[in-house]
Amino acid sequence: MIRRDFLKAAGLAGAGSVLAWLPTAARATDYQKLLIMVELKGGNDGLNTVIPYTDPRYADLRPRLAIARDQVLQLDESVGLNPAMLALMPLWKSGEVAVVQGVGYPSANLSHFRSIEIWDTASKSNEFLQDGWLTRTFAQAPVPQAFAADAVVVGSGELGPFSGSGTRAIALTNTEQFLQQAKLAVPAGQAHNAALKHLIRVEQNILQAASKLHANQTFRTVFPQTAFGNAIRTAAQVAASRGGVAALKLSLNGFDTHSGQMGTHTRLLRELAEGLVALKASLSESGLWDSTLVCTYAEFGRRPKENLSAGTDHGSASVHFVLGGKVKGGLYGQYPSLERLDSTGNPQFAVDYRSIYATVLERWWGVNSQLPLRGRYAPLGFLTV
Amino acid sequence: MRRPSIVWLSLLMGVLSGAVSLTVAAPLGFDDARHLLTRTSYAATPTDIESFAQLSREQAADRLLAWTDKPRTTPAPGWVHEPVYSGLQFRDMTAEQRRDVQRINVARGFELRGWWLQEMVTTPSPLTEKMVLFWHNHFVSSQQKVRQPQYLYRQNLLLREHALGNFGTFLHAIARDPAMVIYLDNASNRKGQPNENFAREVMELFTLGEGHYTESDVKEAARAFTGWSIDPSTGAFLYRVQAHDDGMKTVLGKTGPLDGGAVLDILLAQPQTAQLIVRKLWREFISAEPDEAEVRRIASVFRDSRYNIRTALRAMLVSDAFYAPQHRAALIKSPVDLVVGTLRQFQFTTSDAQPFALVVAQLGQNLFSPPNVKGWPGGESWINATTLLARKQFLDRLFRAEEMRPMMMAAAQRPVPAGNPAAAMRQRLSRAMSEIHFDSQQWWQQAGNAAAPVQRMVLAAAPQHPLPGDVTGLDAIRRLTQDPVYQLK
Repeated sequence: MIRRDFLKAAGLAGAGSVLAWLPTAARATDYQKLLIMVELKGGNDGLNTVIPYTDPRYADLRPRLAIARDQVLQLDESVGLNPAMLALMPLWKSGEVAVVQGVGYPSANLSHFRSIEIWDTASKSNEFLQDGWLTRTFAQAPVPQAFAADAVVVGSGELGPFSGSGTRAIALTNTEQFLQQAKLAVPAGQAHNAALKHLIRVEQNILQAASKLHANQTFRTVFPQTAFGNAIRTAAQVAASRGGVAALKLSLNGFDTHSGQMGTHTRLLRELAEGLVALKASLSESGLWDSTLVCTYAEFGRRPKENLSAGTDHGSASVHFVLGGKVKGGLYGQYPSLERLDSTGNPQFAVDYRSIYATVLERWWGVNSQLPLRGRYAPLGFLTV
Repeated sequence: MRRPSIVWLSLLMGVLSGAVSLTVAAPLGFDDARHLLTRTSYAATPTDIESFAQLSREQAADRLLAWTDKPRTTPAPGWVHEPVYSGLQFRDMTAEQRRDVQRINVARGFELRGWWLQEMVTTPSPLTEKMVLFWHNHFVSSQQKVRQPQYLYRQNLLLREHALGNFGTFLHAIARDPAMVIYLDNASNRKGQPNENFAREVMELFTLGEGHYTESDVKEAARAFTGWSIDPSTGAFLYRVQAHDDGMKTVLGKTGPLDGGAVLDILLAQPQTAQLIVRKLWREFISAEPDEAEVRRIASVFRDSRYNIRTALRAMLVSDAFYAPQHRAALIKSPVDLVVGTLRQFQFTTSDAQPFALVVAQLGQNLFSPPNVKGWPGGESWINATTLLARKQFLDRLFRAEEMRPMMMAAAQRPVPAGNPAAAMRQRLSRAMSEIHFDSQQWWQQAGNAAAPVQRMVLAAAPQHPLPGDVTGLDAIRRLTQDPVYQLK
């Protein structure tokens, strides 16, 4: 229903309003450029990821969890990275990492389930949309038919931003296994109704992906021996297949640190940083780093005030990373004030998450962002292209 | 594409029986009986088809509806009567205690899913389970938010009690159901600080549908529901009179010191309510695109019966639309339809059907945890590259149970880490898969002992990949269940 409404809206928009929207230097949709979304599942503690080390309130809010000032990897004179992310520092210094601060949305929902759905579908917090924001994007600006798939989800069956109907999304944990499983798919013929047509189309998508992806790429890069490291390897393999996919989604699990956060969070941030570094190294081997954009996202951040179990509860605004060969490194957005917390004890957001999406759509791919995001969100300046 | 003549034949018979039924109560015959049973009972076994084929539409519908009076067969887990933890008890717990409670809740959630799945597989009245699931997907509550599975068990009993009863009574009861009160935040809806969640969803999703009420109706109705809460010590519904706003409210043009019950009656008086329910039943039983004229007709039958759900369902099951050729094989099986339907259709024997709830969840229908208050969107959204491959792989494994046995037995022996209910359930699934049995020889013979009749029994329409003439028995069944048409009902 919603999808149909959307398409109708897209049709109604017509040439006039689309032309009015287009920037003067309109470019063709460029899906040769890869987007990799990295989901930090459970809600990452932004406050202990990019740390306001000079703010005295930080230490007050985090008697047991604060990272000592002299441990912080300084990004500027007021914020710094958690030392567990040391591996990322060379990329930061070479200007390939953008740190977007204070990312959130109005009327934050504190349920994992609901909030990630809001992020995935680019909904307002009181609307329920079925299609992911990238599904809506691909409906409006289709990915070339010859591509192996529109999108590949690595390591989880949750399609996230590719959910809903229409996207040629393939989920796989490793490429060999997918190619094995895909042997159950068989090409079929004519459909006599819409339901069968859909089934045949999906089966065809599986066949197409299986015919274009291969699993024989080897890398000099040493991948971390973790589930996330394996997912990074698979992502690098899919990207190197040259069958073409517009977007990939990876996830790193375990950020829901309600108790005893320190050890877990340190491990996760290290895995994240080392994984991202391996991603850059392997994509560079294939000559793809300059045409890849990596964005982290999560359902929410965590509450500034630590709880009685040396953990943190569900929060709202948080920090996210954008990486790539064409990224203009630096700090973006605004660090949320730790003074002005809302009634749930959470900070105000400074950057609507849909502004990150708008940047991806308009500046990276050259796609209209207003229709898929159902509104106008100002792009950010983190790309050099 | 060659179209087997069977399609034309059944089409012709459909037309004939439609014409004839106006005067004589014509028997359903094979294809209509198969269609009716697949849509209402997960599967059509050879024996059931044979007996239903002799009945008229009316007799068949009446028999299915009469079966819904049969009691359920699967005993509930022992813990369902344990008291729930109150918010105060939670507050006083240590972090470890809270984690333990959470772990137990998750484990019990798995058991509850297993309990229901088992009932679906073994019940003598599958239509009851279809309707309970229909209402679970209408009056949605989820363990993701409600947490304590005792609440969801009690809600499931309520859904059973009213599944084919009176919709008005049902609506009043569900609004007071503790799981619902928690799920839609009415527990925190109090005078001066109204929470609109329940008021909005009761109008948008449970009764009127979008566009038939205003924001002001939501705000006013929210005030009427203030004070509808739960007793934290027992987990029972509790009306907190001091939290109730007894001022004047106006909802859909009716003004008065309305309380929650009065608002529900106002919603029940709107014709849109019956239409919304009938449209949803249509999508469940007939096709993805409701015929609005028919919806209005059946909705008025529904209202005239003072919201008797059985009456509405019967009207639907005897309608020409239900049996119309264009609606055959037009619906995509839900994960429950596929898994439960396959186990029932082929009369698999298993000592433990419960872990198949895990398969259903992997295919996208995690019972007691619909994705949001709108429920599972269903239809085409059931099928994507991941779920389709997972469906095919499940079917492949099921019909290779004999050769998979050593692998499944090995998986069932592997130690499970303590405190990991998901891993424990996966192991239980491996064990169930290692013990499952399908007598393909006997089934093949019973189903007609030849490719054509078996095909007609297994698939709702002609296959995409017709069986080669020399393929029989288990091999033929495997091929048919891998055909895309097998995903349709």
